[in-house]
Amino acid sequence: MISLSGIEVVFGAGTPLENRAIRGIDLDIPEGTFVSVIGSNGAGKSTLLNTLSGEVRPSAGRVRIDELDVTGWPAARRAGLVARVFQDPMAGSCADLTIEENLALAASRGERRGFGLALGRQRRETFRAQLSRLGLGLEDRLSDRMGLLSGGQRQAVSLLMATLQPAKILLLDEHTAALDPRMSDFVLRLTHELVEQQALTTLMVTHSMRQALDFGTRTVMLHEGRIALDVAGDERHRLGVDDLVARFAQVRGEELDSDALLLG
Amino acid sequence: MSTVAFLGAIEIGLVYGLVAIGVFLSFRVLNFPDLTVDGSFPLGAATAATLIVTGYDPHLATAIALVAGGLAGLVTAFLNLRFGILHLLASILTMTALYSINLRIMGKPNLAIIMEPTVLSPFEGVALSASILKPIYGAAVVAAVVILIAWYLLTDSGLAMRAAGANPRMARAHGIATARMTYAGMALSNALVALGGALFAQMNGFADITMGTGTIVVGLAAVIAGEAILRPKGVVMAIVACIVGSVIYRLAVALALNAEVLGLAPSDLNLLTAVLVTVALVLPGARNPVKSLLQRTGRRGAAP
Repeated sequence: MISLSGIEVVFGAGTPLENRAIRGIDLDIPEGTFVSVIGSNGAGKSTLLNTLSGEVRPSAGRVRIDELDVTGWPAARRAGLVARVFQDPMAGSCADLTIEENLALAASRGERRGFGLALGRQRRETFRAQLSRLGLGLEDRLSDRMGLLSGGQRQAVSLLMATLQPAKILLLDEHTAALDPRMSDFVLRLTHELVEQQALTTLMVTHSMRQALDFGTRTVMLHEGRIALDVAGDERHRLGVDDLVARFAQVRGEELDSDALLLG
Repeated sequence: MSTVAFLGAIEIGLVYGLVAIGVFLSFRVLNFPDLTVDGSFPLGAATAATLIVTGYDPHLATAIALVAGGLAGLVTAFLNLRFGILHLLASILTMTALYSINLRIMGKPNLAIIMEPTVLSPFEGVALSASILKPIYGAAVVAAVVILIAWYLLTDSGLAMRAAGANPRMARAHGIATARMTYAGMALSNALVALGGALFAQMNGFADITMGTGTIVVGLAAVIAGEAILRPKGVVMAIVACIVGSVIYRLAVALALNAEVLGLAPSDLNLLTAVLVTVALVLPGARNPVKSLLQRTGRRGAAP
């Protein structure tokens, strides 16, 4: 169970550029749930993700992972509990390291890194088997530099890297946004497969309403740093993209109305 | 070129190969442009020479010099990570401070140890002239260092250090404490440079306060030359390339200085180095640390 309670995040507090990115979010994610998160730019989606990963420290509220309070833990310390795939395909791996070296890095995520050789026969065999599942022919290119791969290939490998080690939650930050449609479909299918197989608790941020409804078991809509909509189960099944867009417009509309009242 | 000049160039090339590996670690692996080496090279020489003169065992003196270099690297890393001082500036601060510290250590600007025992003394009984013994000894030390560093960079910990330099955000997401890796790498880098300084002092019989000037440029020249010649793919070859680059660079310099036609004097060495490095930088397609240094400045955020 991942639990956020009373989370508030303020950037540049006390300056003219003060930005209250998250204004009070309570969210419980039970084990095995796949939550898709949508919202417009600046709604706080990425900040929410970064709060979970430890890159952003909330100014109020607690982050708990399985009853363990990790609010003060920096990202590196949380890595054993949290796996993530970045939006930018270049960000999730090291271009100058080989494919197998990148996988070796990921295979030790959250563990003590000692002075044994990172790559042995056994590890290479495992990596080759894992890579062959992608069907991209990368299993024969273990010692190629990561930088030689295309964005889509790198993202697929990043996804694989994120799932090499068990994690309490997998964070996906619009991980298909930078890919062409074909590769995007491929990576989404792969995501689905890996998440199903390992019954991963997942939080996926996306810009696409379609994706948000097609994937996962629960959809959360963020607006101006708050949860505007949280649907799961039958209610969510009945929702179409149009309904979601309507709800979205409604949320924004209400916000406008209340602003108008304030100003009036 | 005479045999003595040739062997001399090899010997100095090998010693500066240690500097090149240090520069490779900071510039390439950690992505941390570090000028501390201009101070840590004479620091190693000064520490070793002073301790030897006071009667310490040369091996112990060399080991202490190595540790002193490591500390210098830690200071630069600390200034950068703890206070957010730009890496380049942080290293210049340490380098400047080291000038005074080196003078304090030696008590005077120049210390001769030509008559003192050195790490080479145990081998002097062997029927080899000093001009042959020195490059052989240098090669042995360099081989050991190359094997150790190459092996380390292939371990889980070494891989973590490379990731911390190449992609800090990704490294943190994988549980690598990037700051700790920077400290470790900077200590290692400057320890190697100081080891180079300590050996240089013992092979040449003196330590001098000005001997550090331009160390960084020579180190960079070796790294660039090695990469241009060997075009290394893996990290092991990259380490070997540092040594190859350093030796070839010294041979080229010796050749230029020996060629009567060119009419160059030893005092033209720094000009020659600067010209060589500039040529290497201007050459198209060359991966070079100084160019990336200028582009990368400011990209690296302070690691938590």
